[in-house]
Amino acid sequence: MRREALPPHICTNINLFAWGEIMNNSKLRRRNKNLRELPLHIMLIPAVVLVGIYSYGSMAGIGIAFQRFVPTNGLFGSEWVGLQNFQTLFTMPTFWPIIRNTVFIALSKMILHVVVPVIFALLLNEVANIGFKRSIQTFVYLPHFLSWIILAGIFKDLLSPSSGAVALLMSPLGIQIPFFLGDKFWFPITMVLTDVWKGFGFGSVIYLAALTSIDPSLYESAMIDGAGRWKQTLHITLPGIQSTIILMTVLGMANILNGGFDQIYNMYSPVVLDTGDILDTFVFRLGIESAQFALSTAAGFFKSIVSLLFIIASYYLADRTAGYRIF
Amino acid sequence: MNMQTSVSRKIFMAFNCILLVGTALICILPFINQLAVSFSHKNAVAANQVIFWPIGFNLSAYDFILKGDAFMRALWVSIQRVAIGVPVNLLLIILTAYPLSKSKENFRFRSIYSWFFVVTILFSAGLIPTYMIVRFTGLIDSIWALVLPGALPVFSMLVVMNYMRSLPPELEEAAYVDGASHVRTLVYIILPVSTPTLATVTLFSFVAHWNSWFDGQIYMNRIQNYPLQSYLQTMVINVEAFFRNSTNVSADIARYIELVSARTSAAAQMFLAMIPILIIYPFLQKYFATGLVLGSVKG
Repeated sequence: MRREALPPHICTNINLFAWGEIMNNSKLRRRNKNLRELPLHIMLIPAVVLVGIYSYGSMAGIGIAFQRFVPTNGLFGSEWVGLQNFQTLFTMPTFWPIIRNTVFIALSKMILHVVVPVIFALLLNEVANIGFKRSIQTFVYLPHFLSWIILAGIFKDLLSPSSGAVALLMSPLGIQIPFFLGDKFWFPITMVLTDVWKGFGFGSVIYLAALTSIDPSLYESAMIDGAGRWKQTLHITLPGIQSTIILMTVLGMANILNGGFDQIYNMYSPVVLDTGDILDTFVFRLGIESAQFALSTAAGFFKSIVSLLFIIASYYLADRTAGYRIF
Repeated sequence: MNMQTSVSRKIFMAFNCILLVGTALICILPFINQLAVSFSHKNAVAANQVIFWPIGFNLSAYDFILKGDAFMRALWVSIQRVAIGVPVNLLLIILTAYPLSKSKENFRFRSIYSWFFVVTILFSAGLIPTYMIVRFTGLIDSIWALVLPGALPVFSMLVVMNYMRSLPPELEEAAYVDGASHVRTLVYIILPVSTPTLATVTLFSFVAHWNSWFDGQIYMNRIQNYPLQSYLQTMVINVEAFFRNSTNVSADIARYIELVSARTSAAAQMFLAMIPILIIYPFLQKYFATGLVLGSVKG
């Protein structure tokens, strides 16, 4: 009886017989379906409108990259110059060093953001005492949730060679620390290490979750076979989280041109521009500080296109290697 | 042999514990240092005496900041931003995730809409075009400039959508049999069982709104409209200028100059801006594991 009250579109095959007559009437079926789906379309209106304006609307502005843009003339009144802005950009003496800096910093971060959390998760996983484990986690997750504004302020003070806490702790040992934020050699390294400091704890959460899903009986049988702790880690634990490691590595690839704007913009200075300037800070200085709108947009567009290729490649690989899909 | 392994195991465990405690200390000591600086007398700080324990303990730095208009005004902007931004985010996440969680049979336009949103995480127009559209829609110097451009956090929406998709389809079918509309199904069936995920994305949205500074800096022309993080970004320079220029000032301010320096007040401001995150931190810890795992892995 109840089955007959079912609407056509969620009918199972059995119901098709009960609703045969109506199902045959495809016009009515389509109208019912449209009616049933209408509220879903209505729910999507606000998001479609806002995303349409702010994400898609802004894409029209990319046109500036192909113009000799004059703000008073606007997007429609400025002269189109083809790829001239890109030519100017690629022949700028600072452009390729900036790409090199960006890739160096981003790649180092990508690698360490996998390696350090994995090692940390493995070590933490060896701890049996839950209370101890929890307190360690509480401390190491915290930096992830704080902004680079706050953290940059803290690091600038902390790493100051004259008055920072690091220098004060090291001086009794006779160690003179370098000027981490004001030295061309140390600056990119400091960026990588402080970024790993901020993120490794939180990054380990996903590996800890993967570790708990390893079947404990595997360890038992390994112990019976006489495998020590190290052998167990090598042959059970690591293969157990292998797919998660591959997935996170592959997804990280999408960040190839993300040097970390928030971090570097708040910690760099003119002294370290040679090694510390990245694409995003370059786009910002060009666009906001020097008002070179066309060049800045061109540089931003270049970044978006390269990133897009890497994102597509990384999602493709994630799907192939781990069966991962974002939707 | 058993004895041997247990000895080497003990050595490893001791070493491991020391390493983990060391790691935890590296994460937390920078904050202890800043806290100590903020509570110390400015002369002790200038003489490099303060590391992890305040010297010449006083609260003047906090007093100085909390009495200052600029900090409180920026705090108020940030509170407004969170109060408007987080509910807007949550509403749009729910309204988008629910239709997109439908199967293709039940919502034929699902993939078109999904791609429409996903494209925005694959490709962004960049700084200047985004600025131009915000300007074009007249949001410069308005609180809505900090809310509307990011009104739908697509990643969070995908997390919620994937969660809704993982719910047993019988839930909805039962509701539908009973004649419930989509709105009723969403409000009375789907939302109550989705609370853990919704809590996660709400917390993430809170953190994102509280921490963002760049949009405030570029979309606000007047510094009075800066939210707290944008204000903090520029403040170090301002505070230094304040202390440099304070040669002849009222007795009230002179009292502070006695005890407070640019460094101690900067540390105090930093710590004050951390407080909201510290308050919600226990909840964050409870929920964030759910939010991390975006997407679905086919079994």
